[in-house]
Amino acid sequence: MNAIVYIARREMQSYLNSPVAYVVLGVFLLFLGYFYFSTLFLIGFASMRNFFSLAPMLLVVFGPALSMRLIAEERKSGTIESLLNFPVRDFEVVLGKFFGGFGIVVIGLLFTVPYVFSVAWLVPKEMSFDYGPVIGGYLGLLFLSSSFVAFGLLASSLTKNQIVAFVIGFVLCVFFFLIDKVAVLMPYSWAFIFEFLSVDAHFANIARGVLDSRDLLYYLSITTVALFFTTRMLRRSRA
Amino acid sequence: MTKATSMPIIQVRDLLKSYGSVHAIKGLTFAVGKGQVVGFLGPNGAGKSTTMKILTGYLQPTSGTAQILGIDVMRHSIEARKHIGYLPENNPLYEEMMVMEYLEFVAQMRQIPKSKRRMMIEKAIHECGLGPVVGKDIGVLSKGYCQRVGFAQAIVHEPQLLILDEPTSGLDPNQIIEIRSLIKKLGKEKTVLMSTHILSEAQSTCSRILIIHDGKLVADDTPLQLTQQEGGIIYVVVAPKQGEKLSKKQVLEQLASIFGVTKVEPINEYQDHGVAMMVGYDKEDPRADIFQKIVSANWILLEMRRKEITLEETFRRLTKE
Ligand SMILES: Nc1ncnc2c1ncn2[C@@H]1O[C@H](COP(=O)(O)OP(=O)(O)OP(=O)(O)O)[C@@H](O)[C@H]1O
Ligand SMILES: [Mg+2]
Repeated sequence: MNAIVYIARREMQSYLNSPVAYVVLGVFLLFLGYFYFSTLFLIGFASMRNFFSLAPMLLVVFGPALSMRLIAEERKSGTIESLLNFPVRDFEVVLGKFFGGFGIVVIGLLFTVPYVFSVAWLVPKEMSFDYGPVIGGYLGLLFLSSSFVAFGLLASSLTKNQIVAFVIGFVLCVFFFLIDKVAVLMPYSWAFIFEFLSVDAHFANIARGVLDSRDLLYYLSITTVALFFTTRMLRRSRA
Repeated sequence: MTKATSMPIIQVRDLLKSYGSVHAIKGLTFAVGKGQVVGFLGPNGAGKSTTMKILTGYLQPTSGTAQILGIDVMRHSIEARKHIGYLPENNPLYEEMMVMEYLEFVAQMRQIPKSKRRMMIEKAIHECGLGPVVGKDIGVLSKGYCQRVGFAQAIVHEPQLLILDEPTSGLDPNQIIEIRSLIKKLGKEKTVLMSTHILSEAQSTCSRILIIHDGKLVADDTPLQLTQQEGGIIYVVVAPKQGEKLSKKQVLEQLASIFGVTKVEPINEYQDHGVAMMVGYDKEDPRADIFQKIVSANWILLEMRRKEITLEETFRRLTKE
């Protein structure tokens, strides 16, 4: 089980040693900051609501972008063979990779915390800033990121090519992100299913500050399913 | 076939591996005993790497079994992997890591207890001569040093068995010699299975050679035995006595009449005076009889030597078509 920690740590170290990481994280923060603050001043009302509706959309891109390398790169360079030759189980490798990628996304999200404080600072003295939705929003983002990283990881296990991995991961994320948007076109009984499958709908619940076990269970299950299939893909490369 | 006396380190039985419709290994059976340094030879695509990947637990065979120290590599894969150090073909490494960082990661993944990690890493660094580069990024190292890093990661957990897939390929002659002496040093304590395309390397480094061709075992012997099979060729030069004459036909007839000689051919390019012949035989070495024959014909024997069979020739004979 320690292996999971070792792999995740190595992954994060390697990532933070490469310039690509800083470019991707930098672009993420820039986009988020730009879209957020530009609309913020447009409305002229200090709130984080916009931030939490923008962040998931950006994560649809940046989740797969940050996790595309996780397995694809090792397949390309051949190091996957050494990795899979260590005396550890395949699912430990997958979990290590997952937490490595998730850790990077968490670091990216940590860098957005200053945004919160700057907004809190913009709130007029006589109104107090409500941190409740902010905490809910971040919690929601964490769960949402975990599923996007898991999708990205699954995509990364399918190919040697990081760009292909990104595209597959992106499509998976977009699918689960947009599925509730088509729900309105469906008959009511169907719409329910579509909405249940949607990453965004569950996020909205958590971000509102409603911690429902169904939402958490939803994220946990899609993350688990993606990681399960990733493990299957690793096993297949041994056949 | 060489038989291991105690429990073999490697035991492979009827191993078969197909990649889709490509049959990479078609039924391999062999055992490697403790302390042997075994050379694994065969032409490109013979199935050497495939066999090694199955032994190390990376690939699943299609059928058959493989055991490391009696542990089945499929049913108890994790347990079997603990006893193996493996240097894969092309030696893939995490280039963005420092040598020290990488070896620490390997030691962690190999479950070396924290208290012993430092010591065992230092030992591997020392044995592989990595001292001068421990703080460098692997990506900037020369190929020779990369190979040493590959060796260090393979031995850091002190495995009983080393599996080395073309450990000297792509190195300059100096590095090749150093890596070979490293293999010899490691081979004193460990069992080694190494593949190579350099036959002289197998001859000088290994105590036993396995040759596979097209997924099947075609030879399993010591290097000495493989170059001393029955039959061979003898090179003879005969000259007439002072004032006498000698024709090729006479010599040919005399030599051909010797028991065991299968073929006699004149060497036309021979320039000095006298007659040069190649004498082929299939069983016993006929040199004593050749000498007697020439003496009794009242000629002079200028030269006679047996042509050495090289491992290359044996290899070619076993793996052509
Ligand atoms: N992943 C794979 N998918 C399909 N075929 C493969 C795969 N790996 C190897 N092969 C095929 O299996 C056969 C054996 O390959 P292998 O790599 O074991 O040979 P080798 O003896 O190591 O050759 P070399 O001396 O070139 O390294 C070859 O025909 C090869 O093309
Ligand atoms: Mg090979």
